[in-house]
Amino acid sequence: MYDAVIIGAGVTGCACAMELSYCEGKVLVLEKESDVCCQTSKANSGIVHAGYDAKPGSRKAEMNVRGAAGMEELCRRLDIPYVKNGSLVISNSEEGKEELTRLLNQGKENGVKDLQILGKEELLKLEPHLSPEAKYGLYAPTAAIVCPFELTIAMGEVAAMNGVEFRFREAVTKITRPAQKTPEAGKTPEAGKTAEHGTTPKDQGGFRIETTKGIIETHTIINAAGVYADEIHNMVSSHKLNITPRKGEYYLLDKEAGEHVSHTIFSLPTKAGKGVLVAPTTHGNLLVGPNAVDIGEKEGTNTTGAGLLEVLEKSSRHVADVPLKKVITSFAGLRAHEEGDDFIIGEVEDASGFFDCAGIESPGLSSAPAIGEYMAKLISAKLELPPKDNPVKERKGVTRMRELPFEKRQELVKENPAFGTIVCRCEEISEGEIIEAIRRPLGATTIDGIKRRTRAGMGRCQAGFCLPKTMEILARETNQSIEDIQKNGEGSKYLVGKTK
Amino acid sequence: MEKELVIIGGGPAGLAAAVAAYDAGVRDILILERDERLGGILNQCIHNGFGLHTFKEELTGPEYASRFIKQVQERKIDYKLHTMVLDLSGEKVITAMNRKDGLFQIKAKAIILAMGCRERSRGALNIPGYRPAGIYSAGTAQRLVNMEGFMPGKEVVILGSGDIGLIMARRMTLEGAKVKVVAELMPYSGGLKRNIVQCLDDYDIPLKLSHTVVDIQGKDRVTGITLAKVDEKGKPIPGTEEYYSCDTLLLSVGLLPENELSKKANISLSPVTGGPVVDETLATSVKGVFACGNVLHVHDLVDFVSQEAAWAGKSAAAYLEAAGAAADNGTIQHHTESEPVLITPAQGVRYTVPVYLHPEEMKEQVTVRFRVSGVKKDCAIVAYQGETELLRKKRPVVAPGEMESVVLKKEMLSGNEDIRICIE
Repeated sequence: MYDAVIIGAGVTGCACAMELSYCEGKVLVLEKESDVCCQTSKANSGIVHAGYDAKPGSRKAEMNVRGAAGMEELCRRLDIPYVKNGSLVISNSEEGKEELTRLLNQGKENGVKDLQILGKEELLKLEPHLSPEAKYGLYAPTAAIVCPFELTIAMGEVAAMNGVEFRFREAVTKITRPAQKTPEAGKTPEAGKTAEHGTTPKDQGGFRIETTKGIIETHTIINAAGVYADEIHNMVSSHKLNITPRKGEYYLLDKEAGEHVSHTIFSLPTKAGKGVLVAPTTHGNLLVGPNAVDIGEKEGTNTTGAGLLEVLEKSSRHVADVPLKKVITSFAGLRAHEEGDDFIIGEVEDASGFFDCAGIESPGLSSAPAIGEYMAKLISAKLELPPKDNPVKERKGVTRMRELPFEKRQELVKENPAFGTIVCRCEEISEGEIIEAIRRPLGATTIDGIKRRTRAGMGRCQAGFCLPKTMEILARETNQSIEDIQKNGEGSKYLVGKTK
Repeated sequence: MEKELVIIGGGPAGLAAAVAAYDAGVRDILILERDERLGGILNQCIHNGFGLHTFKEELTGPEYASRFIKQVQERKIDYKLHTMVLDLSGEKVITAMNRKDGLFQIKAKAIILAMGCRERSRGALNIPGYRPAGIYSAGTAQRLVNMEGFMPGKEVVILGSGDIGLIMARRMTLEGAKVKVVAELMPYSGGLKRNIVQCLDDYDIPLKLSHTVVDIQGKDRVTGITLAKVDEKGKPIPGTEEYYSCDTLLLSVGLLPENELSKKANISLSPVTGGPVVDETLATSVKGVFACGNVLHVHDLVDFVSQEAAWAGKSAAAYLEAAGAAADNGTIQHHTESEPVLITPAQGVRYTVPVYLHPEEMKEQVTVRFRVSGVKKDCAIVAYQGETELLRKKRPVVAPGEMESVVLKKEMLSGNEDIRICIE
């Protein structure tokens, strides 16, 4: 019997896992994909929003401001890059100034510091590549960028080091109260009646989770299932949620274009989102996107010709001469948009012991650490879990050879010659780094897993040269046949057999 | 460490350059190769057709490479394998790394860039759709099949009719895969005519010109792709979509010279080729650094790579000799070059290598290589200097997939007016 099962190993799930791992208790993270950070968390802008976007008083505002405030320190503890590059919301018109002022006041109300509205001249000083049409900009110096992969993976690793169990490729199919007869999904009168807050979940028998691989029993559940959070929630509650996947498409540009802008440049927000942004990444690439299209398909992470064109057109409104010849890849992610337009976080009224983290769309990444903290507080209080004596709170990332000084690199190769073999030429990733990524806690088991932990294959040739070599290392390290190596999920093998 | 001449890359260009430099008198040579063996991409090109010009016989890629490797070994030219060059400075300091020597630096008197090229990826084309397993550049697939012995798929669609794509259409077919179609964005193929005949026509593989992939289906592994016809601007025409079920998409959509190191050394690059701007000695904008092979511009035949590389080797040797003589005399080395003459690509010509030459200092003749911008029949390659026609070479057909060349003789040239090369 677990104390808590977290459904979903995205940034929210991993933040919850990390925070809960500081307490005693048996915790499991269930993930239907092959790794942490496989869905929404892997395909987003990587922005730590300053916190002026969300309505004062909303969960979004509260969590964003709190999450962003602690992000720098968290990144230091997790040994991952954090760059406080500041953000600008650009208006090309006089009328837009009103909207910027509204955002500024909203930000002040939310507790965001140092916001100011700049005129054209000051803007161009900060960002010479802004569109010549740009008139006003809201400058938020506290906005930052992080790498969403590294943040999610690092928090997952800390959780794993503190004893949290992770199970991948296992999807939840049904949730019931074991003490009772199997209630029909969606109709759980017992849940509604017995779920009195204040009684311990242990008295109620907890939950019985049926998965694609078996049955799991737990006292509490954290629903961090991203675009599927409505389906999971609706298994236990009669108050239905409805999450619409809202697709956003992006271009990623070569590092040669990485200095086109230094701040995160937004256009004025619309109802559907914060608009198309142009921003550097923590690794020096340039990111352009996303658009916002509501779709019905929860796995619809395909890019579309129309969508990519839209991103291109919209980005050019506030940033001039984006060097699109330097695009190295394009991708799409899905925001988990809930109708109420706010995060739904907390215990579900008619399902005691079941906690939602639903509707975690932007600013979800910025908010995740705060959401994790909040959830851990709720669960540990509910289950009376005492804090651990000496939990692991820091972790060391995968060695980053290319960032080390000459002598240090020399030393490393002498100690371990695997650091002397470059596998990924574009990102200069050595065999030693790839092996580290595989052997560490919650290590990589797939080629995408290696990519997200080391950046091997993430450069301008997009793994054209290193794929065969990376496959070989992964096969060797995990005792698999090279033919069984997968890109990510089930059915994503690269090879179909041997030659004649 | 100090070296007279360091050659970055041990593929066909690096090997031929090393041999030629040695034969011109340079002894202190080091080849740096990132792979586990010399020969570069030739090692995975197990089909024949190499060496018709150089050796007057048809060799496979590894055979062709082994001839040059033998020449390197006979001359006891030094090389390091598994060695990745990480940095190159404008002062000709190379930072490299391997397992054995760790991280090390070499100060070179002369350098020949022979890093080759890489394949354009799916991402650079912005093909919409999912990002599943089963999308390979043709060269990656070629490596998996020919060197590792694995099949990347059973039902294949190929986008792009570059030579590697054509070769892989045949290779995959011979290995029992079904190659359903080769789609080409342009109205003509980017590959050699002989490859279209021998690799597609002979196996009844359809080639669809003016077509491109507009969607990739399959979340985990490719399940199919959608092709569409494109208009003159290369834009897909709605209503022409055609679905092909397949588990593999191979891309042969262009090669890009790998000049990341050149950029670190601030070497001027041509926006057209992506390779260094060179003069008639294949010298780049950084003194003592030369370039040859696919890092300079993408070639069609390896024979021309070898020829060009030999020229770079000779030029580097001459440079070192002059530098040495200057040092021996105790004089400061002068680079009082004569005014260069520009060679400009005119009508029908995309670029030329070299980009300029020094009429006074040049050897008796120089080979100018270039690619045309479109298919043209019954035409002539013409070179002018000012109003003077320098030469006229009749051609039954020219195509972008095949490299063209003309030989300019020193005696033809006079004055400082630009030389124009065009197709008439």
